[in-house]
Amino acid sequence: MRSHGRFSRSMLGLGLVFLYVPILSMIVFSFNNSRLVTVWDAAHSPTLKWYAELASNQQILGGAWLSIRIALVSATAASVLGTLAGIALARFGRFRGRTLLAGMTTAPIVMPEVITGLSLLLLFVALEHAIGWPRGVGAVTITLAHITFCMAFVTVVVQSRLIGFDVSLEEAAMDLGARPHTVFRRVTLPLILPAIVSGWLLAFTLSWDDLVVTQFVAGPGSSTLPMVIFSKVRLGVSPDVNALATILVLIVASGIVTSALWLRRRQQRREHDAQLAAAEPL
Amino acid sequence: MTPPASPLARARSSSGRRLIAGIPIAWLLALFLVPFLIVLKISLSEVRLAVPPYAPLLQWRHGIPLPALHLSNYAFLFTDPLYASSYLYSLKVAAVSTACCLAIGYPMAYAIARSGAASRSVLLMAVVLPFWTSLLLRVYAWIGLLKNNGVINNVLLALGVIHEPLTLLQTDFAVYIGIVYSYLPFMILPLYANLEKHDVTLLEAAADLGATPFRAFLRVTLPQSLPGIASGGLLVFIPAVGEYVVPSLLGRTDQLMIGRVLSDEFFENRDWPLASAVAILMLLLLVVPITLLQRLEKRSLEAPS
Repeated sequence: MRSHGRFSRSMLGLGLVFLYVPILSMIVFSFNNSRLVTVWDAAHSPTLKWYAELASNQQILGGAWLSIRIALVSATAASVLGTLAGIALARFGRFRGRTLLAGMTTAPIVMPEVITGLSLLLLFVALEHAIGWPRGVGAVTITLAHITFCMAFVTVVVQSRLIGFDVSLEEAAMDLGARPHTVFRRVTLPLILPAIVSGWLLAFTLSWDDLVVTQFVAGPGSSTLPMVIFSKVRLGVSPDVNALATILVLIVASGIVTSALWLRRRQQRREHDAQLAAAEPL
Repeated sequence: MTPPASPLARARSSSGRRLIAGIPIAWLLALFLVPFLIVLKISLSEVRLAVPPYAPLLQWRHGIPLPALHLSNYAFLFTDPLYASSYLYSLKVAAVSTACCLAIGYPMAYAIARSGAASRSVLLMAVVLPFWTSLLLRVYAWIGLLKNNGVINNVLLALGVIHEPLTLLQTDFAVYIGIVYSYLPFMILPLYANLEKHDVTLLEAAADLGATPFRAFLRVTLPQSLPGIASGGLLVFIPAVGEYVVPSLLGRTDQLMIGRVLSDEFFENRDWPLASAVAILMLLLLVVPITLLQRLEKRSLEAPS
């Protein structure tokens, strides 16, 4: 036990180093004065000049703004669709179309992005040819594509949360005379709310981050942030990208930590309430 | 095994039920399944200089629609050795990367599953956190580490381990690093979910019966964790076959992966039918692993907890 416990623990340590060294190196070199990115210019560093440059880069700012808007809409729509699909898969038992829905939930998660991107673009082109909509590609087609690949992730998160709860709570509410939509609003929804929140966050991140699918379904004038970054780094490393990465890492890290704390507090409050309820004499 | 129908399902009018299941099904049919049929259709047509750049599949002759199916795109994929070598190279890269992910991810998942309840959630968060930050930027960070005058070479030179910078970027090695780095959480999470459920008393029993820890691991833990290994492996392998970002930024220029070939045919050569044929052939290669994964997911999501 002990010997391979030590082995697996040191692998865990090395693995975490492997995961974090690239991120840390980006953060460190974002304060480097030299344009040579990886050569530390000790005489003039640390400096904030790449951050200043970033703030005046219209291409990056424009891309970021477009990406935020697309990610907000995509994550919200994907959460609604994914929640419906998750409820159907976890609570409806056997129904016609179940296998189809389950299959179309797993497949988009692993589907190579070039295939998803190509197939969606060909769909949009064929649609435009046939019914005149959508008019060309751009923010609308990007959003539709993002909703499609994001909803699968929300479905899985909501479905596994619902499976973790047994149906007796809903049954009890039903026996007490609650109508189906009241059961949903008062019992089911609060139970799966944390799952919907994490699903939404996941969908937002996936949409915000996507490059490959977006490249296929984007048009001229609709360059999202990942597209701007990709065209920059393809030409070589550039220090302002390090600054951008640092800002994004900070935002994500604080977002994740905040939501984890919120979920934990919510959980503790629930357990506390449950204890109180159990202690109360009838 | 289908989960039991809840009162929600039983009591809700069948029209409400139909709506809840029907909306996501309709969306996925329209934007996930139908597009594949369009890709299949276009892969059978001829390229032409027009908008859109492919010939219609039905051609009208004397008022009768005649299907004009062309297998020429597929024939081309099999005659030009460039495509075969790209497919094989992609399969090799995906297989090696999956094996590396397993070798690194298994001990990590094991250590997390065997750590105390308090540190477990922190460690899990530490593993998942990088996954939430931009994949593109994290792959880009490796350029700075692997370059000829990058961090790794500079450190090794300063330590006197090497006297000439090593060529690390634009090699197979860089691609493996990039893919393992990007997909490691997909390996660790299913493995952790599996390992966490194991009954530790079984290992104690094995030890009482005189098994060495290594033997107990081989005979007790490993066989039980096979479903986790399979899910994690497939979650890494399938998307890695079509990976585009990592080989574009870190990979070789003399040997392309198939995802890059597809994208080049589409964007550079504007040969939509050929790009579609490349996609269909890639899908055919992935049908078996995707079906396997669906079986596994079905079992794990529907098993009584």
